[in-house]
Amino acid sequence: MSRASTRFDTKKVNSELVTLTYGSLVAQMVKDIEHLDDVNKQLDRIGYNMGIRLVEDFLAKTSSGRCLDLKDTADKIQSAIRMYVGVQPNVANWSAAGDEFSFVFDTNPLIELVELSEDLKTLRYCNIICGAIRGALEMVQLDVQSWLVQDQLKGDSNTEIRVKFIRKLGDAIPAGEE
Amino acid sequence: MDDTLFEFLHSEVVNYVVDVTNKDNKDEDLSNLEYIGFSVGYKIIERLTREMPRFKDELDMMKFICTDFWSAVYKKQIDNLRTNHQGVYVLQDNGFKFLTKMSNGKQYLELAPRYVAFTCGVIRGSLANIGINCLVTAEVQNMPACKFHIQVQRT
Repeated sequence: MSRASTRFDTKKVNSELVTLTYGSLVAQMVKDIEHLDDVNKQLDRIGYNMGIRLVEDFLAKTSSGRCLDLKDTADKIQSAIRMYVGVQPNVANWSAAGDEFSFVFDTNPLIELVELSEDLKTLRYCNIICGAIRGALEMVQLDVQSWLVQDQLKGDSNTEIRVKFIRKLGDAIPAGEE
Repeated sequence: MDDTLFEFLHSEVVNYVVDVTNKDNKDEDLSNLEYIGFSVGYKIIERLTREMPRFKDELDMMKFICTDFWSAVYKKQIDNLRTNHQGVYVLQDNGFKFLTKMSNGKQYLELAPRYVAFTCGVIRGSLANIGINCLVTAEVQNMPACKFHIQVQRT
């Protein structure tokens, strides 16, 4: 059994594995949870939890420093998404005040092999990505909101995720210390 | 997609199932977790074996699971495969992916079932799709090693 295996394209298998696992999880949630709104919240929550951990992995692997401004933040998230998901979204639609921007995906591996049935039209399948962005940024002291604007599963031509900067989180004083 | 993503997603799947399905009862019910694994296994093997020739026999299928399949999913091969030639197979992985970062010994041993249930399902689902009905259980005595017991059902 020592024969090394090169039969499969590891990258592709990995991506399918994540897609299928996520799909099965969502299916289970839809079965378990009555209201789709609550499913959306759970998906966001799961993304948040993953984001919290992913940011550490990202910082360790890339040794990138603090973000200088929101443009820099957007670039870093963009490269993080390329690194983890394997596709690069475009950063677009900056607001005039420069505190809001979008990630636009023309392909999204997460929704490969996925189709939403008619009764799931309010399900926000890609909410996990919004949650992950929010979770990751919170760990680097940036409070943001993130939500889905366009969704290919709903017939839009792109998947667009909007990110809005809320505020910088200050260093908190540890409990019990002055 | 990066490997880390699968690991983190798996932990979140475990979290979700443990949170949601086990709110009220004391005995932990991991059957939903196993089922999520089952559907993943069932689908992924279909895609992996699409262009492969037919398997010779049951043992050939098991060998495939231990080598190519395991490397594709868990980035290493099964370390030891044993069988009694009557439908019982034991797959031993001395460094099971979901346990390696958790402990090296008996610490957190009581949590091990949560982190192997998904994979039991993956094995059962894959075998189901290539024509073997079976029961899969896992045994962890010393992390990160894990033994998967496969019992083929012949009826």
